[in-house]
Amino acid sequence: MTQVFLPRTLNELWNLLDAEPDGRVYAGGTDFLVGFHERAPRPACLICIERISEIKGVSDRGDWIWIGAATTHSMLLAAPPIREHAAVLARGVSVLASPPVRNMGTIGGNMVNASPAGDTLPPLYVLGAEVEIESRVSTRRVPIQEFILGPGIVDLRRGEIVTGLRVRKASRFAVHHYEKVGRRKAQACSVVGMAALIRLSQSKIIEEIRTAWGSVGPTVVTIPDVEHFLVGKPLGVKSLREAMPLVAGSVSPIDDVRATAEYRREVAARILLRLALYA
Amino acid sequence: MEIAFFLNGTPVKLDVAPDRRVVDLLREDLGLTGTKEACGTGDCGACTILVDNESRLSCLMLAAQLDGRTVATIEGLSQGESLHVIQEAFIECGAVQCGFCTPGMVASSVDLLHRIPSPTRQEIREGLSGNLCRCTGYQKIVDAVELAVRKLQEDR
Repeated sequence: MTQVFLPRTLNELWNLLDAEPDGRVYAGGTDFLVGFHERAPRPACLICIERISEIKGVSDRGDWIWIGAATTHSMLLAAPPIREHAAVLARGVSVLASPPVRNMGTIGGNMVNASPAGDTLPPLYVLGAEVEIESRVSTRRVPIQEFILGPGIVDLRRGEIVTGLRVRKASRFAVHHYEKVGRRKAQACSVVGMAALIRLSQSKIIEEIRTAWGSVGPTVVTIPDVEHFLVGKPLGVKSLREAMPLVAGSVSPIDDVRATAEYRREVAARILLRLALYA
Repeated sequence: MEIAFFLNGTPVKLDVAPDRRVVDLLREDLGLTGTKEACGTGDCGACTILVDNESRLSCLMLAAQLDGRTVATIEGLSQGESLHVIQEAFIECGAVQCGFCTPGMVASSVDLLHRIPSPTRQEIREGLSGNLCRCTGYQKIVDAVELAVRKLQEDR
């Protein structure tokens, strides 16, 4: 039998981690608990952090938005600062799994899980999210692209947990887009996902663009060449089409049960054309 | 460990293994077999229950997580012999065929109508997108939620 603890404060959590250094921490459990009851050997102790109110919620902090790690996807969708200043994240979350999974799963969990297909991740990359990591004795802040090191691998040391993240408000971008291609519309792992932020001039010239792709590499893929190429060009099918080879040449997808690498490469490039909808 | 929570309106206290899955606790320990298990991996929605009025998957929750919460299963949605308005609408619209997905569908419908009292047809589809049905083709289920919304509005 595995012990399960539900600390209510970070202080209680640090005490538990001192007493049970091998305790496994989880939040919503939508990934961690899949297959758990059939696993052997099971950990001696689980620590569920879904009740730690200090690390739940969204707050508007001037130029920044702070998001607690144990904030559920449903809470994010309902949070005015996200809808108003980080809509790209809301768009990613709105196509993540299904309502009951969104009621349980957390943004911290999606980051720590570090799946190449995590639907919050490309939005967090384009928003330049900074991950807040704490232990009883330390606090540090790491850009998300340095936090996620590989599939399921993150920069988290013993005794540390992710307590939250902050993103800079992205209201200057007129376009907040997330496009997901999966095997079906809902409850599907992404075959390719793409987040984009675009700042446009009055005459629809691209003044600034940030893009990030999921499911086409071991971690989220950003392609500076695409961004450099598109800045200064009019937003439209022509310029986006010209950027497609830069995407196809930069992603490194694999074959798996959901799609072939070749298909992913093709879709990752073509998905750019969706941005013409905002022209 | 001992856990205490409200189950279908009644306070309960249980001594359970903290890592027991909630779906097993409900079905096997408490005999509430209305909650179904199909995939056991959070993909199908058959085990959906309401915890503090939100839909959750009972296959991906451990017993310890219920302590102090308010839980409703399909058995708690009706009042004695009188069915919940969503259950009635499912019957009237023929939204039940084999019935295995129905308890989860009803729980997800309750969650949806909490968040969006007058959903569009598209919003109903999105609200039920975590619940798989292999019989109906979904049309009649969506019809049933629309009917339930109309009935609730007439009652107001």
